[in-house]
Amino acid sequence: MDVTFLLNGETVQVDADPTRTLLDWLREDRALCGTKEGCNEGDCGACTVLVTDDDGVKSLNACILFLPQLHGRAVRTIEGIGGPDGALHPVQQAMVDHHGSQCGFCTPGFVAAMAAGHMRGRTDHDDVLAGNLCRCTGYAPIIRAAEAAQSQPVPDWMIDTPPKVGPAVFAPENLDALAKWYAAHPDATLVAGATDVGLWVTKQLRDLSDVVFLNRCKELLEVKEDAQTLYFGAAVTMTTVLEKVAAFHPSYAEMIRRYGSEHVRNAATIGGNIANGSPIGDNPPALIALGATLHLRHDSKTRELPLEEFFIDYGSQDRGPGELVTGVTLPKSAPDLRCYKISKRFDQDISAVCGCFNITVTDGLITEARIAFGGMAGTPLRAKAVEALLVGKPWSQETITQAAAGFAVDYAPMSDMRASAEYRLHVAQNLLHRYFGEREGHATNVLEVTS
Amino acid sequence: MSVAKPLPHDAAALHVTGAARYIDDIPTPAGTLHLAFGTSEIAKGTVEHLDLGPVRDCADVVAVLRAEDLPFSNDVSPSIHDEPLLATGEVHYLGQPLFLVIAKSHLAARKAAGAAKVIYAEETPILTIEDALAKESRFEDGPRIWAKGDVDDALGRAAHRLQDEINMGGQEHFYLEGQAALALPQEGGDMVVHSSTQHPTEIQHKVADALGLPMHSVRCEVRRMGGGFGGKESQGNALAVGCAVAARLTGKPCKMRYDRDDDMMITGKRHDFRISYDVGFDASGRIDGITFTQMTRCGWALDLSLPVADRAMLHADNAYHLPAVRITSHRLKTNTQSATAFRGFGGPQGVLGIERVMDHIAADLGLDPVVVRQRNYYDEMEGGGLSASHASRPLEGISEQKKPGTGTRFGGQHSPKPLIQTTPYHMPVKDFILHGMTDALLKSSDYDERRRTIAAWNSEQSILKKGIAFSPVKFGISFTLTHLNQAGALVHVYQDGSVHMNHGGTEMGQGLFQKIAQVAAHRFGIDATQVKITATDTGKVPNTSATAASSGTDLNGMAVANACDVIRDRIAACLAELHQTTVEDVRFDEGKVFVGAAEMSFAEAAQTAYLNRVSLSATGFYKTPDLAWDRIKGEGTPFFYFAQGVAVTEVVIDTLTGENRILRTDVLHDAGASLNEAIDVGQIEGGYVQGAGWLTTEELVWDDKGRLRTHAPATYKIPACSDRPDIFNVSLWDAPNPAHTIYRSKAVGEPPFMLGISAFLALSDAVSACGPNYPDLQAPATAEEVLRAVGRARA
Repeated sequence: MDVTFLLNGETVQVDADPTRTLLDWLREDRALCGTKEGCNEGDCGACTVLVTDDDGVKSLNACILFLPQLHGRAVRTIEGIGGPDGALHPVQQAMVDHHGSQCGFCTPGFVAAMAAGHMRGRTDHDDVLAGNLCRCTGYAPIIRAAEAAQSQPVPDWMIDTPPKVGPAVFAPENLDALAKWYAAHPDATLVAGATDVGLWVTKQLRDLSDVVFLNRCKELLEVKEDAQTLYFGAAVTMTTVLEKVAAFHPSYAEMIRRYGSEHVRNAATIGGNIANGSPIGDNPPALIALGATLHLRHDSKTRELPLEEFFIDYGSQDRGPGELVTGVTLPKSAPDLRCYKISKRFDQDISAVCGCFNITVTDGLITEARIAFGGMAGTPLRAKAVEALLVGKPWSQETITQAAAGFAVDYAPMSDMRASAEYRLHVAQNLLHRYFGEREGHATNVLEVTS
Repeated sequence: MSVAKPLPHDAAALHVTGAARYIDDIPTPAGTLHLAFGTSEIAKGTVEHLDLGPVRDCADVVAVLRAEDLPFSNDVSPSIHDEPLLATGEVHYLGQPLFLVIAKSHLAARKAAGAAKVIYAEETPILTIEDALAKESRFEDGPRIWAKGDVDDALGRAAHRLQDEINMGGQEHFYLEGQAALALPQEGGDMVVHSSTQHPTEIQHKVADALGLPMHSVRCEVRRMGGGFGGKESQGNALAVGCAVAARLTGKPCKMRYDRDDDMMITGKRHDFRISYDVGFDASGRIDGITFTQMTRCGWALDLSLPVADRAMLHADNAYHLPAVRITSHRLKTNTQSATAFRGFGGPQGVLGIERVMDHIAADLGLDPVVVRQRNYYDEMEGGGLSASHASRPLEGISEQKKPGTGTRFGGQHSPKPLIQTTPYHMPVKDFILHGMTDALLKSSDYDERRRTIAAWNSEQSILKKGIAFSPVKFGISFTLTHLNQAGALVHVYQDGSVHMNHGGTEMGQGLFQKIAQVAAHRFGIDATQVKITATDTGKVPNTSATAASSGTDLNGMAVANACDVIRDRIAACLAELHQTTVEDVRFDEGKVFVGAAEMSFAEAAQTAYLNRVSLSATGFYKTPDLAWDRIKGEGTPFFYFAQGVAVTEVVIDTLTGENRILRTDVLHDAGASLNEAIDVGQIEGGYVQGAGWLTTEELVWDDKGRLRTHAPATYKIPACSDRPDIFNVSLWDAPNPAHTIYRSKAVGEPPFMLGISAFLALSDAVSACGPNYPDLQAPATAEEVLRAVGRARA
């Protein structure tokens, strides 16, 4: 595949293997070894680079970023963050001054992530750096450095203008072409952000011969809204979803803030998170609790269905060969929606349990309840027994306590390395209590407590 | 002038620009080959048939080696030769290397490694402590037992008694740079090995054995590691030996680096422990007698498990005088990764054992846990070890009184107490300073007032609860294998006055090189930038010990100072003679050399010495004095001194989910007279967070087949950025070390790790607010475990 992009300010053209990662190419073909491999699965951030496209600059994990995804974009690595005359970037200087490096192996990734945040004027450093692991410093000096650099101007040399490139067959630019191609190649792999497919390559060592990239397909990148609904094209990144839903569904947005990391959200797409059918994806429970509608297309034939009906069983979804997820529609208004993500670590951790509650109370009576969970079954699944125990009952502690027992009817979760079955069920029940407590004005969130 | 400055890490500018080279960044000659291990899919059994045909058929495979293909020693053990590079038929853990793929690329090697057809005769693995005890599967003949006093009598007489146990999980190192090695074949069969190792001499030794060569034919070099934490003390042997053997066979340079998942499946981790206790105490909480039974899963091979388990015993007292004590240690052999060194080396496990006892006593008597701790402390050293001005010691330099051999602060004014308390291993504790440090930290952290505020807050909250806890650490400094307490150095002064410094210590991020460069600069009275820090190299300094046991600066700093002094004294003698004065009249300071009334630059002095045919190169050597230790009896003086520290941590928990978070941490730590405050504070902050991670989110999970299920950062959760304490106050106590160490500093690598225990104890305190029962919190205190403990507290 002929790929054209900007690398540290210079145009490069590469005949790339479709699943050649940027990280391997930088290190092995270009001898740019400042970008490190720490985990090769997008979880440690040692490979963080800056990528600029029409959306502006963002940080991405180079280890699960395939070269064709870069077509028409600009890449800046640690080697391009310092000035051409050897001057240090303000975040580099601050990292030296504040003792932000010890072993130094994670440092280029931190610097890249900090430089991207710096360009965007970000001061929420914990979120900007949630995808960068450091085992030496305990992070305190790194945050001191980020704070020290945040008011410094962005150096001129950091501004990249993505190159103008022609169309690429491997990355169709409109949905008609994409849908037609996929219908003719139903065994092909669709690659959106590659935060999951990347691991098929780097960890499962799979050879993916027939690949098509979605990140240049205009319709899939659309965000639309009308009076009642929001629509996200399937290839909209989770960063964009987070920004967009914050005004309408703050609890969902807060959950997305903890979904993956900044670098993962900059790549991951809402369609990918749905289409891969994972029982532990965090979007489906929220979207099911919202009553979202999924849009699919096969060649020129489109259809839509309630999202919850898409998930048939573990590893099985209602998507035919050659059919692709094109987008999702959700209501703008759901003031009672609360999303709870339970994991071993707050940031960048896959949920043990993700529970989303949307319960309507009118005049003291529960009139509607939509509750959906991830991590409790082979698919994202509604808690219909619990919902039935709630609807029509008074909004009271007694109702909640009685209804919580319904989770044992709805779910028979499994034990794994993230949590035991007992914990999952216990927490599901307790999250209903949390939901009640939160709506009744009790403090329920440890993230909001200070010393 | 150079010592005590808070200079940045020597490679900081290289780190932040991506220019710092790690093993995988070293440019390799054309034709370099890449290796990967094929590993066992079962935990115990025998390989009945190993079909490597499909591996050889994979693209770009050059060769595949089995155990029988190895030319000489098939051994990568650091201890008793029980760890073959490649399995010899029997399989001892899931992940054990069976064969070695040599291929043209890293990816090709990894792909081929998965292609073998293996038929196993599977046996039931020994995985748990119970399995191992039932099968008598252990290292050494039986448990190791050390005792002091008549503990059975003390327990029988005690007014109060508690018996319980605490389980504590292991810990993956998660050095950001995975294990890596590169072997470059030389003329005449010699081998040069670049290894990401804390122990270059051992790499040299194991490679020499594997190649059938004397040690002089192998040279190991290491400029830096991307983190070590003990995980690169012995675990790099397999890669280095594999590369060397493959390089010998093919005649090509060979490189190997583990993919992260392979790294976590193959290499050892921190030992998990179960520590049970039987303690007798009086109404004030003072311990009369105590027994500990420490059980640890060592994994399949011995590795360093004996000294690790010994150090857990050696820290069973932590900061507390135990009048009568018996410690029994079971070193169990299980079909899991061979547990290995990890920051603290068993010390944290021993310390957590007694800290749990202190907490339990306090809960039982309804006392503040800090008070119980203070009542059980060892006696304060004579003079109290008071910090000169621990809040803000001026950094401009080291005063004369702190220089080795000239200390006047300690002893002399008061006559010693008639009896000096001893540890459970009968070592007198003469340098205990935790009374003063504790008082200072309780005050600076506003402990008493916050404890009251938290209780009031908790009484108003139905779902969230806060907790606060204090914990101290007293950590013994020295290798317990006494002969390891030695170090060498090589220093050259060039005729332009620039200095080339080398020593046996390795740099893994801890700032060792910078601290020692500051020592060298100070000896010559020059700026630290004039000292070139060079890669650790077995060809320059031989017979080195691992950079471990927090000893790097203590040992190598002294050795470098020794070498510098030899050269400095030679220059002084030369100049004194030329200027017709005495050597006492020659002074090295501010980048100059003063000879009586004359002065010259250091460069001029070096040039003068060179022209007068004075040798400007010297080796240095150091061995720690006054050590004598019998590990079988459990008697003697294994440590040169104790490094100490205290922490107060405040947390909040959610009683519905067990989710929890650190809100504030205050640390006061004893680094002696710090050689570099910035680097020492960095060790403390990082050590604390790593210690808190061990006891909270970092959970290793094996399934019932012995497969490690948490083998990548997706499933194994080290602290992330937002997990550090919201408020994180770290101060140095900064009183000179009474022991004669380099500029009276103290080792700082491992001790602060144990301050993370205060986070665990704070979680237990928060759970206590939920109900009347002792929470019996187990480690790691994941959200799930905290929720279980909430249930126990309420039951």
